[in-house]
Order: sequence, then C-alpha cells, then structure tokens
Amino acid sequence: MNRMFRHHLFWPLAILAALLLFNLFYSPDFFNIVMRNGHMYGSLIDILNFGAPLVLVAIGMTLVIATKGIDLSVGSIVAIAGALACLTISRGTDQNALSLVLSAVGLTVGLSFFLGAWNGFLVATTGIQPIIATLILMVAGRGIAQLITSGQIITVTSDTYNYIGNGALAALPFSIFIVAAIYLIVSLLTRKTALGLFIESVGCNPQASRLIGIRSRLIIITVYMFCGLCAGIAGLILSSNVASADGNNAGLWYELDAILAVVIGGTSLNGGRFYLTGTVIGALIIQTLTTTIYMIGVPPEITLVVKAFVVLTVCLIQSEVFRKKVVQRWKTRRYPAEREVSRHV
Amino acid sequence: MKRIAKLSTLSVLVLIMVFVAACGKSGNNNNNASPSPKASEAAAAPAAESAAASESSQPADKKVVLGFAQVGAESGWRSANTKSIQESAATAGFDLKFSDAQQKQENQIKAIRSYIQQKVDVIAFSPVVESGWDTVLKEAKEAGIPVILTDRAVDSEDTSLYKTFIGSDFVEEGRKAGQWLVDQYKDASGEVNIVELQGTTGSAPANDRKSGFLDVITSNPNLKIIASQTGDFTRAKGKEVMQAFLQANKKIDVLYAHNDDMALGAIQAIEAAGLKPGVDIKIISVDGVHDGIQAASEGKINFIVECNPLLGPQLMTAVNDVLAGKDIPLRIVTEEGTFTSEQALAALPNRQY
Repeated sequence: MNRMFRHHLFWPLAILAALLLFNLFYSPDFFNIVMRNGHMYGSLIDILNFGAPLVLVAIGMTLVIATKGIDLSVGSIVAIAGALACLTISRGTDQNALSLVLSAVGLTVGLSFFLGAWNGFLVATTGIQPIIATLILMVAGRGIAQLITSGQIITVTSDTYNYIGNGALAALPFSIFIVAAIYLIVSLLTRKTALGLFIESVGCNPQASRLIGIRSRLIIITVYMFCGLCAGIAGLILSSNVASADGNNAGLWYELDAILAVVIGGTSLNGGRFYLTGTVIGALIIQTLTTTIYMIGVPPEITLVVKAFVVLTVCLIQSEVFRKKVVQRWKTRRYPAEREVSRHV
Repeated sequence: MKRIAKLSTLSVLVLIMVFVAACGKSGNNNNNASPSPKASEAAAAPAAESAAASESSQPADKKVVLGFAQVGAESGWRSANTKSIQESAATAGFDLKFSDAQQKQENQIKAIRSYIQQKVDVIAFSPVVESGWDTVLKEAKEAGIPVILTDRAVDSEDTSLYKTFIGSDFVEEGRKAGQWLVDQYKDASGEVNIVELQGTTGSAPANDRKSGFLDVITSNPNLKIIASQTGDFTRAKGKEVMQAFLQANKKIDVLYAHNDDMALGAIQAIEAAGLKPGVDIKIISVDGVHDGIQAASEGKINFIVECNPLLGPQLMTAVNDVLAGKDIPLRIVTEEGTFTSEQALAALPNRQY
C-alpha cells in the first residue's frame, strides 16, 4: 500500500481519476461511447483527440526539461508547421493528391527539425540560457508564421490532409496512433538504451558528463531537435483538424500548457530526471479539465479562475512538503479540553 | 584551435541574423507594395475621393502620418480590414505606420505610446477590449494628437478623448440575428434550445452581440440559451467548444456564433456528431467573410448578419476631415446587410474577402 502511494504516477493518476469521477457524477453519460459512421464518438474520445497535440508537445518538452533546459518556442513552431503545410497544399493543383500531402508533411517535418536544431545550437554551442535562447524563436516564430500565411487564414479542402487530424483508424482517431507511436519509440529509446541515462546525466551536470565521455552538446542539440519535431507534428494535427492554418492563434500558449503537463507529471524543472508516462497523464489532466469546464457550463468570464484554482490544488497535492505538513498538523493536533476531562475521571 | 571554432560560431550567428533580418524586411515590403489586384480594384473607387480631399487640404510636400494599431489577425474578417486600411492609406497618399498587437491590450498601448512619441498626425486603432484606455488616450490628447476608433468601441465616459468612432453597431447585429430567430420560431410551441459561441471575453463585439441578441429573443419565452462559452473568435476553439456542447446537451436546435470562423469550426464538430449543420441544428453567425458566405450558400449556415470590414476609405475621409478642422459626428456607422442561404449563393461570386 505504502509502495503504491510512493509511486511517482500515483498522484497524477489519482487526480485524473478524480476529474473523471467528477464528470461521472455531473453528467452520467460522460463515459458513453457510441459508434457513428465507423468512428467512436464520445467525450473520452474527444479528450484523447483534442489532447493528442498537447501530449506530443509535452513529450518533447519532457526531454528538454530533463537536460535542465526549457523550450518556449513550441507554440510558435506549431503555428509555423501548420502554416507551411497548409500553404504547400493550397498551392497544389489537386489538393487530395497523396504525393502533395506527403511532400507538405515532409517539408514541415524538415523545417521543424531545423527550428529545433536552431534552438539546440543556441543553447549548446553559444551558451545562451535556454529560456532566452528559445524566447527568440517564440517571439519571432509568430511573425514567421504570419509571413508564411501573409496574415490570412489559409483554408484547405484536402481529405487526405484532413485524415491526419480527423481520420479514424480502427474506429479511433488517427492522431492517437501518431502520439502512441512516438511515445513508444521514445520510451524504448530512453529506457531500453543508454540514451535516457545520458540525457539525465547531462541534466544533472553537463560538465561532468562531458568529462566522462558523453557528448553533452550533441545530446542537447538532439533533444531540442526532437522537441521541435514533436511541435511540428502537433502543428500538423492541429491545422488538419480544422482544415485551416491560423498563424496568429494556432498553438497560442501551448508552451505553458506543455510545461504544466510536464510538471504535473512529476518531472522537476531542475532537470536530471524525467517521467514520460507522468507527462502523458499530465497532458490528459489538462485536456480533461478544459473539456470538463466546457461541459459543466462555467461562465466564460471566470473560466480561467476555475482552471487556475484546479491547477493550484493539483500542484499542492503533488508537493511532498505540503502533504507532510498537512499530515503532521493533523497528527499532532491537541485537544486540551479533552485531555483535561480524561484526567479528572 | 578552440578560438577559431568560437570565432566561426560567432560569425555564423551574425550572418544568420543579418539574413533573417533581411528576410523580414523584404517580406514586409512585399506585403505593402503588392496587394492582390482584386481587392485593390475594389478599394480604389471609394478611396479616390478621399485622395482628392487630401490633396486639397494638405500641403503637397508634407505627407500625413497615420499611426494605426490593429488588434491582430485573428480571423479572415480582420485580414480584410487590415488590407482595406493599408490600401486606402496608400491611395490617399498617407504614410501609414501599422502595428499588430496580437490580441493583447498591452501591445496596443505600447504601439499607441510609440506613435505619440513619433508625433504622428492622427492615431487610429481598434481596441482589443473595451476598458482600460483612459490613461493612454489622455496622453494622446495632451500631445494634441487626434484619435479615431475603428470597428470596436471603448467604454470611456469622457468622449472628448477621441474624435469619432467608425464601425459597425454590434448591438444592432445581435438584434438582427435575434430577430431572424424570433421570426423563424414564432409558431414554435415547444422549447427551442440555443447554444452560443461567444467572442473573446470582454471584447466589444462579444458583449454587444450577446446583449443585442438577448434583448430580442426574450420576447419569446420558448427561446432559451442553454449553454454559452467563449470560442475566442477562432475555428479551433469553436470546434472544441461545440464538441463539448454536443456531448453535454441532448437537444440543441440553434447555434448562435459571434463570428463566421467559430461557426465554421462548429460545423465540423456538428458533422462529426453525425448531424446535419443548417438542418438538424440551425446556425446563425455574424461577419460574412468569404468562407462563411460559402458555407451559407451550401446551406450549412442559415443566416449571416454582415459586418463590413472595408472601412479603410471611410477612415481616410475622417482623417482628412479631422486634420482640416471640420466637425465630424462622434459615431459613423458602416452600411451592413444580412444574408440568408439563397442570398449568399447569389453574393458568393463577387465576395472580395
């Protein structure tokens, strides 16, 4: 029992369960899933589908944070990726052509790799602090995205491209499979090879790691590139989901949601340790919370306050110091009146 | 050896920065210099008269400098608005200083302050939200720079802070939307469940379109708003919120979206739920951008209240009048219509934005 409490996934899972339970009481058919034109349809599926891009970005962010870094530019990369893909497709003659969509996806993936490499290069070789290095692209990225879309919303009518964010495979949204595949690959690479250990070691102490023969710079550049890639794919999913690219709003504040997801998942911003599964659950908690707020009809004026309150509670519950204090308070509580009574008897 | 490596890194960085900076500049020039031919034709006609006015009232050697602080580029409507202002400023021969606030009030305030410092002749802007403008508007007034509001209003008590407000009457737009709904359901005996997708919380169009709509539909007790949430005027949010509405509510008869983009997102959610937009759920929206009119012509949106973004020419005329010292009305309302599905089909071929 004690072991279960101490497992790093216990609290994130408990919070997710509590949120789902709340929904169950609030609207009993929350868990209903029906089949509709070969798709599964229901609130849970919506959470997975809309949460997929966030999970993806958060996975990339986890690795960056594990090296004691941070990537603020993911939201902008999401916007750039969506803009570039939609622009490429809208220029094509036959928008449904598989080759066109594939080349758009390939171009976008390549660009996201490059943007990630740019971040990694700034952090690893020029020694700029990660928060500043990635801030550059965060600010400039929205401008680049608007340059690509020339300030317009680009609408595409390609069923092939639409499949990425809206299609269904085995009755489940296709985006879930993309996320699951990347999650599996990353877990295998980091937990079954020495790569995970290298990343954690660089996060603990890049100097010492270099001295024992780990190529710190290469590791750092690689994780930023991977983070860029995740953000790029998330951008593809998001833009294909609404069949349009919006340079200004796509992925707005995504970096903050992703960092929050990583922290809720139990990874420390100090680096040196990371929990991928925790991150996935953290991202799902955030998406469940958003969906819950929409479903129970919180007035839009106070939505953010409600969200902040829940996040605060989540963070407090997760904090071991806070938990211990509460428990201690409770254990050492004294009841002077009671004691006196018992003494007289 | 190490030094060489460091030096080369530095030089590469500098090179990249120069390259990026050059890119940005050329991109901007492109934007300003080569507007799409279709839209410029349209703007040219009404702008011509304001150009003539500017020549008569201003000495030829000094260009009028107009500082414009735009909200952002949150929707197709806004892009059309931006284009109209940029083109008509060019035709009127003004030197336009344009800034994009990316939906943030602090950015807009910063932009306005920098216009004051640059001593532009006139400042025009579309306020992101209604409140919190008094301080910066007073600064402009003290600097002697006239301010013109476009498209969205501010809630300042002191109307001497700005010269005029050019734009649509959002309350009226909400009323038109509500009136159509009341007419459609005047014989309905049962309850009609309405869901509402609001614009950015606190913005003038969201507040006014909501209140105008409410004013009218209260006349029929059967019309009930059962859920209302913000969709931030974007497609992605509109889709996400509508999907949650569809899960939470068994019976939705009508969707009222504060702009076309949210309605377009919601249409995708409705289709994913296996329902027919426009038939199973009646959709009312505001704006009339090209994609919205197209959806209306396909019968997916039942009624669109137009909100005309092409107020550039009117703005330039007002700028000239203000500089010439003429008295202008405190409120200039733009001409607007409404579209049913059939009217949208007819209007689609010559829609400019």
